[in-house]
Amino acid sequence: MQPTSELGSSALRARTFGSMGTVVSLTVPAGAVPETAAGADGGLDDAAAAVELVFARMDEAFSLYRPDSEASRLARGELSLREASAGMRDRYADALNWRLTTEGAFSPERPDGVLDLSGIIKGYAIAQAGESLRSRGITEWCLNAGGDVLVMGSPVPGSAMSWTAGVVDPQDRSALLSAFELGGGPGGWETSTRRALATSGSAERGDHIWTAGTGGAEFIQVSVAAADIVTADVLATAIVAGGAAMLDRATDHWDIDVLAVRRNGQLLATPGFRA
Amino acid sequence: MRTRAAVSAALASAGILIAGWQSGIHVADIGSTVASAAGSTGSTGPSGTSGSTGSSGTTGSTGSSGTSGSTGSSGSSSAGGATGASAKAVATYDGSVVQTRFGSVQVQITVQAGKITDVTALRLTDAERKSEQISNRAAPLLRTEVLNAQSADVQTISGATVTSAAYLNSLQAALDAANL
Repeated sequence: MQPTSELGSSALRARTFGSMGTVVSLTVPAGAVPETAAGADGGLDDAAAAVELVFARMDEAFSLYRPDSEASRLARGELSLREASAGMRDRYADALNWRLTTEGAFSPERPDGVLDLSGIIKGYAIAQAGESLRSRGITEWCLNAGGDVLVMGSPVPGSAMSWTAGVVDPQDRSALLSAFELGGGPGGWETSTRRALATSGSAERGDHIWTAGTGGAEFIQVSVAAADIVTADVLATAIVAGGAAMLDRATDHWDIDVLAVRRNGQLLATPGFRA
Repeated sequence: MRTRAAVSAALASAGILIAGWQSGIHVADIGSTVASAAGSTGSTGPSGTSGSTGSSGTTGSTGSSGTSGSTGSSGSSSAGGATGASAKAVATYDGSVVQTRFGSVQVQITVQAGKITDVTALRLTDAERKSEQISNRAAPLLRTEVLNAQSADVQTISGATVTSAAYLNSLQAALDAANL
């Protein structure tokens, strides 16, 4: 079967793998990755393997689902932060900084006190994987890890076309609620301040969001577009946890676009999501 | 002396008002514009000597009211009449220019008979910053008002994290399958 896509004239190629309890997809324009001796898709397979390695290493250290991970040893008290790896301490420091700037809406600690950096690790893995692709000279790609997206370049090499990401409708996950252009703008990807899009929900497993109080989250889904994936991911999580007050704080203090869905399906959006 | 007390009270009120405006915001510029006095005589002062006949100063003097705690107010008072020594003395006081989230704001108050009778904005933000700042807040939108797309128009899908099992039936999986 000839792999084709319905995406206009551009043909895309994709590779997927499982990590961190979800699925990671790497999509590139056909021909954007050089062929290798292994065939036309050899370069793409190599690139996907490099991305997978980044995710695997992060998961090995930070997963609380792996009893032997550094994070699990910290959680059990077998290891103190002073003895932890530099990477663990750095991410912990970053997470504390996010807790400070979101006034507690984002927190690296579970209600039971266990340190859980899952809220930022996926974003870091995506960012690092992107750097890995870039260092291989691959400059047109879209990385999607469980619905969090980071792009570089264009789906049509050499064109000004931006990547278009759909946003799932939380009330009907087989439909799209909205769309967002990533890596676009007057100067193209190089100057774009919207290269990443992350979505958090209050009803999904594995989102690691704890809301204050018992009333449940005000928003069932929040999407944040930003220049980098960690900011987008953390703020989407923080807004789900912190509600409308955090939404306003986020749009006041960060250069982002937000699409938030209330429990009753009502939408709140910044101009970037407006048709 | 009643007048004096009344004006002092008004100044204190102004101070509180200005302090309120300034709470939590950065004072960028303590220079302030000088209001022109309407009357030929008049005086101004932190101590509230408005109305003392013959004191000069159509330009007004600058002084601290002592309550705003930071900038003081400058202003000119104009006496309603030639003598000015009257409980009806009208005085205006300009606040300093303060920076807010919405841009620069400068307020002027008018005090008459010891009461603030008017509060006006001499300078209410610069429009560009205002629109930029305010408009980036998220506002209610109808579903028909957001950017819409069919799954055939997009290259990737953003949604709340799906489990590996849920991925199978997701839109992203459909896109990936088409490009494998």
